Amino acid sequence: MAASSVISSSTFLCKSSSSKKDLGISSFPKSSQISIHRCQRKSIVSVMAPQKDRSPGTTGSVKTGMTMTEKILARASEKSLVVPGDNIWVNVDVLMTHDVCGPGAFGIFKREFGDKAKVWDPEKIVVIPDHYIFTADKRANRNVDIMREHCREQNIKYFYDITDLGNFKANPDYKGVCHVALAQEGHCRPGEVLLGTDSHTCTAGAFGQFATGIGNTDAGFVLGTGKILLKVPPTMRFILDGEMPSYLQAKDLILQIIGEISVAGATYKTMEFSGTTIESLSMEERMTLCNMVVEAGGKNGVIPPDATTLNYVENRTSVPFEPVYSDGNASFVADYRFDVSKLEPVVAKPHSPDNRALARECKDVKIDRVYIGSCTGGKTEDFMAAAKLFHAAGRKVKVPTFLVPATQKVWMDVYALPVPGSGGKTCAQIFEEAGCDTPASPSCGACLGGPADTYARLNEPQVCVSTTNRNFPGRMGHKEGQIYLASPYTAAASALTGHVADPREFLQ
Amino acid sequence: MAISQQFLNPTLFKSLASTNKNSPSPFFRLKSTSTTFNFKPLTSSSSATIITRAAVSSSDSGESKSRETFHGLCFVLKDNIDTDQIIPAEYGTLIPSIPEDREKLGSFALNGLPKFYNERFVVPGEIKSKYSVIIGGDNFGCGSSREHAPVCLGAAGAKAVVAESYARIFFRNCVATGEIFPLESEVRICDECKTGDVVTIEHKEDGSSLLINHTTRKEYKLKPLGDAGPVIDAGGIFAYARKAGMIPSASSA
Repeated sequence: MAASSVISSSTFLCKSSSSKKDLGISSFPKSSQISIHRCQRKSIVSVMAPQKDRSPGTTGSVKTGMTMTEKILARASEKSLVVPGDNIWVNVDVLMTHDVCGPGAFGIFKREFGDKAKVWDPEKIVVIPDHYIFTADKRANRNVDIMREHCREQNIKYFYDITDLGNFKANPDYKGVCHVALAQEGHCRPGEVLLGTDSHTCTAGAFGQFATGIGNTDAGFVLGTGKILLKVPPTMRFILDGEMPSYLQAKDLILQIIGEISVAGATYKTMEFSGTTIESLSMEERMTLCNMVVEAGGKNGVIPPDATTLNYVENRTSVPFEPVYSDGNASFVADYRFDVSKLEPVVAKPHSPDNRALARECKDVKIDRVYIGSCTGGKTEDFMAAAKLFHAAGRKVKVPTFLVPATQKVWMDVYALPVPGSGGKTCAQIFEEAGCDTPASPSCGACLGGPADTYARLNEPQVCVSTTNRNFPGRMGHKEGQIYLASPYTAAASALTGHVADPREFLQ
Repeated sequence: MAISQQFLNPTLFKSLASTNKNSPSPFFRLKSTSTTFNFKPLTSSSSATIITRAAVSSSDSGESKSRETFHGLCFVLKDNIDTDQIIPAEYGTLIPSIPEDREKLGSFALNGLPKFYNERFVVPGEIKSKYSVIIGGDNFGCGSSREHAPVCLGAAGAKAVVAESYARIFFRNCVATGEIFPLESEVRICDECKTGDVVTIEHKEDGSSLLINHTTRKEYKLKPLGDAGPVIDAGGIFAYARKAGMIPSASSA
C-alpha cells in the first residue's frame, strides 16, 4: 500500500538543509519533529512517487505550495494545481446518507436521472440509518423502509439495515451513528473525498481526507454522477502543542477554539489541526476535534495522517489510498497557536457553541440531567473516560444520567472492555454502580431532539450538560431547555455534583 | 419594469392603495403560476394597504429563473438562526421531495423560534406564510445540512432571504434547490426593518440587487450573487450541470 511508504524511513532519502522549504517535505507531516530530524541526516532524491501523465514541469518540487485540502481537491478534480476560490468539479470517493436525508436524496436522484436510473457506483455509497430509529413514529419507520427499497433496487453494497426495533442486537447489519460507523467500518481513508448528507460529516477529516456535509439535492446529483461542484476553501491553521493535561479532552480543545473564533469564524474555510498535541491524540479524539468544525462554520477539518491514522485505517480496510500533506510553502489564511498545557476544562453555555466559559466558573449552575452520547461524545473512549471519572470518585450521580453509545460496537465495548485502573470492571458495571441509566440502544438519540418518544429527549425546560455538539434553542427538544456542551469528563463530574463541575474535582 | 417604478414612488403607491382597501389593485397583480396562490389583502398601520405576493415560476429544477422582482412583507430575524429554529428536527421525518410532505414542512417553517419573536411566520392552522422576504443577521442558517431548512421556507411561500451573512451549507442548499434566493446585505438591515414592513427586492443589470423598504422609505444595496449566480440563474445545480454539459438533458434521462 502506498501509504506505508510515507512513514518508513528506508524508502526515503532526505536532503539536509537549514530551510524547511527545501526539504521537499510535501510527503511529511509538517509539524512532525521526528520526521524532519530524521531527514536532516540524509540526502533527498525524491519524496513522491512519480505521477503518470505529468509534463516535466510539474514533477519535483511544486512551484505553488498547496495545503492538504487543496491537494486533495486538486487530485480529485484531476488538476495539478488549485487555489482557494476555484470552482471545480470533484470526483467523490464515498457518499454517505442516513434515514433522514436518504429518502429525499434518492427521490431527487430519480426525479432528475429517471425512474430507471442507476447510481454511479453501488460500492461507493454507504447508507446508515441512525437518526430516528428507536421510535414509534410512523414516518421515521417509513423512511428506513424507503431506504431498504432503494438499496435493494440499486444493489447498494453497504446498507446497515435495521428491522427489529425492539432489540437492536437482533440486527446483524445495523451500526448506529453514521460518522462513527464510517470510521469503524473502514470507509474513512486519507486523501479521499467523502461527502455525507449530514453536517458532521466533517468528522472524517480526522483521517486526513476532505469530508463535508451536503444537502439532498447535491447528494442526488452525486448519486447520479459521482461528482460535485465545489469551491476550494482557504485553510486556517491551528497548531496545538504541549502535553495534554490528564483532565482535558479533545472536546475541551475544540470548544476552546470555537470560543476563540466564534460560530462563523471558519465559514467557508478549512480548519487544519497539527502540532505535538494533535499527534498524541487517538483517532477517536481526533474525530471529536474535527466533528465540531462545522460549529465554527468550517467547510471541512483536516489532520495530517500519521502512524496512528494508518494503524487504525489499515486494520479496517484493504482499499488502497494515498495520503497528502500540506507543502512547506503553502499559504494559510490564518494561524493560531495554543499551548495546550495551559488550557482548562471548558463548557459552551446556552445557547451557542461559542458561548465558552471555564467549567469551574459555572459551578453554581444547578443542572437537571446529563447526556453522554452522539458522534461527538458517544464513542468508546468517551464512555471509558466517563467511567474512569466515576470510578475515581466512588460516588453516585445526583441527577438522571443518560448514556447512548454511538454504535453497536461502542455498546459492546461498554459492556466488555475493562476500564484501566478499575481492577477489571467494565464501563457498564461502573455506570451501574454510579447510578446512571442503563446504556440505551445506539443511535443519534436525543442529540437533536427527534420524535417525541425519543429516549432522553428534553421535553421540559430543564438544564442539561451534554457531550453533544449543538446547544441552539430547542436543539434537544424543548425550546427553553438549557444545554451546556462539555467533554465526557466534565459531563461525568457534573452528574456527580448536580451542578456544572470541573473534572479536576475528581481526577486529581 | 413599470411596476417597480410605481413602488419607487411612495406617493403613487399610497394613492393607488387607498382606493382599494379590500380587493387587490390590478397594478399589483403579477402573473401567478402557483396553484395554491392565496390573496391576502392586508392593512398596515403606516402606509401601504394592499400587498400582493409576487409569483415566480415554480422552483422545479430545469426551469431557467430570471431574477424576478419580489414584493411583500418582510419577517425580521436576528443573528445565528440555526436550522433547528428554521425547522425543528422532529419534522425531519418529512421527505422534501414528496409534495405532500413538502407542503407540511412549509406549515412548520420557523416553528423553532424562541419566544423572543412575537410574530409567527406561519399562523398555526395555515400552510403558507404571509411573509415573502426573510431578513436576517449574521450566520443565517447555521447548523445542519438538512435541506428541510430552505425547503420549508420556500414551501411556505417565502421568495428570498436577505441576511448579513450565511452559513455555507444553508447557502449552498438554497442555490442547489432553487427554493429561495439567498441574498446578502451590506449593512445590518435586520436592525433597521421590522416584521411586517413592506419591501421590494429588485435585481439590476450588473447582478447586484436592491432592497426597498416602503414602510421606512429606505433603500439598501445588496451584494451580487457571485459564483453562485450562474447556478441560481440556471435554476439549481441540475439545470446548471445540464447547461454545462456535465449531465444529459432531462428528456434523454
